Amino acid sequence: MTICITSTGQSLDAPINPSFGRAPYFLFVDPETETAQAVKNTPGAHGAGVQAAQIVASNKATVVITGNVGPNAYQGLSAANIEIYVGAKGSARAALDDYNAGRLSLAQGPTGAPHGGRR
Amino acid sequence: MRIAIASGKGGTGKTTVAVNLALSLAAHQSVQLVDCDVEEPNDHIFLHFRADQVRSVGKLLPRVDENLCTYCGKCAEACEFKAIAIIGNKVLVYNDLCHGCGLCAMVCPTGAITETPHELGIIESGEADGFQFARGVLNIGEAMATPIIHELKDELDPNHLAILDAPPGTGCPAIAAIHGADIALLVTESTPFGLHDLRAAVGVARSLSVPVAVIINRYGIGDDRVESYCAAEGIPIVLTIPFSREIASLYSRGIPFVKELAEWRDRFIVLYEALEKVATS
Repeated sequence: MTICITSTGQSLDAPINPSFGRAPYFLFVDPETETAQAVKNTPGAHGAGVQAAQIVASNKATVVITGNVGPNAYQGLSAANIEIYVGAKGSARAALDDYNAGRLSLAQGPTGAPHGGRR
Repeated sequence: MRIAIASGKGGTGKTTVAVNLALSLAAHQSVQLVDCDVEEPNDHIFLHFRADQVRSVGKLLPRVDENLCTYCGKCAEACEFKAIAIIGNKVLVYNDLCHGCGLCAMVCPTGAITETPHELGIIESGEADGFQFARGVLNIGEAMATPIIHELKDELDPNHLAILDAPPGTGCPAIAAIHGADIALLVTESTPFGLHDLRAAVGVARSLSVPVAVIINRYGIGDDRVESYCAAEGIPIVLTIPFSREIASLYSRGIPFVKELAEWRDRFIVLYEALEKVATS
């Protein structure tokens, strides 16, 4: 299984990025070994959420951990049957612990406005 | 001549200027007034307008035949706006992000994509108070105003004066209205917000090579920072409209103030002559 955590940096100790589509990095984490592979996100002027969903899907993640997810990203991730856990805080490692302990909530729809990563 | 009345900041008085300018000039020449603020058109509130013609405006959206699609992803790669995505074995089309350019259909190697029309809004046109008037109205829930603004501009008669009441801001809708104008008449007020957004609007107009002139509305409030800015930038201030209870009261009753305060007609005619000079200088 692969978990994607939206991050401000390349390691599990970096703070998570609270918005999905314009997160600087996606950390693809193997929860068994707690090793992470960072993929840099370079969103363009338009459609950051759509592009990010494609990156996550093509890296075969089945779970996303983030702060908030906008409507376009939610639609894209849902199409790939990816579960989105929102409300993550602190480092990526802390967010992973919160996920494992069942402290994050599964998004039932978009939790952020479009262009949320630009505010 | 084509005059775009713009502002940066909303609520500075674009509509007031557009309607009063059109009414003042209509006695002397053929005038077209176009309300390009398609998200919130309000010129008609101040006019006697009944639409003679109403027509639909739309854009083309891709429709994908999944029997022909091989999920190769060429469409998603080509799309500048990320309006089409391949995720797993699914094609997603984001209608609001799509600009209707048709590139996805062109690059599709299997011909799986066809373009189908989608209504964005309407254009109403006809006569109002002695001049030609048109307005665009974006459908509720639609995000893309620019195709309607482009069609409003396409319908203009280039042989006659056109006054475009632009949308507020400096985003795509405002740019669509200002682009191609002979002059951008920027309406502002001398407040920190007024100046901040005026600077942004001047930047937009200059990047489109459209000359600018400024009207200060509610003159007397705030301070002289807009005048200092305009002097430093070499931007002519072609009119000031005082912060007056009488003008505000007429506005609140939907009456263009040139109808009650006749001396203002001449001021708008003088303003127009000044604009002609700025546009051709």
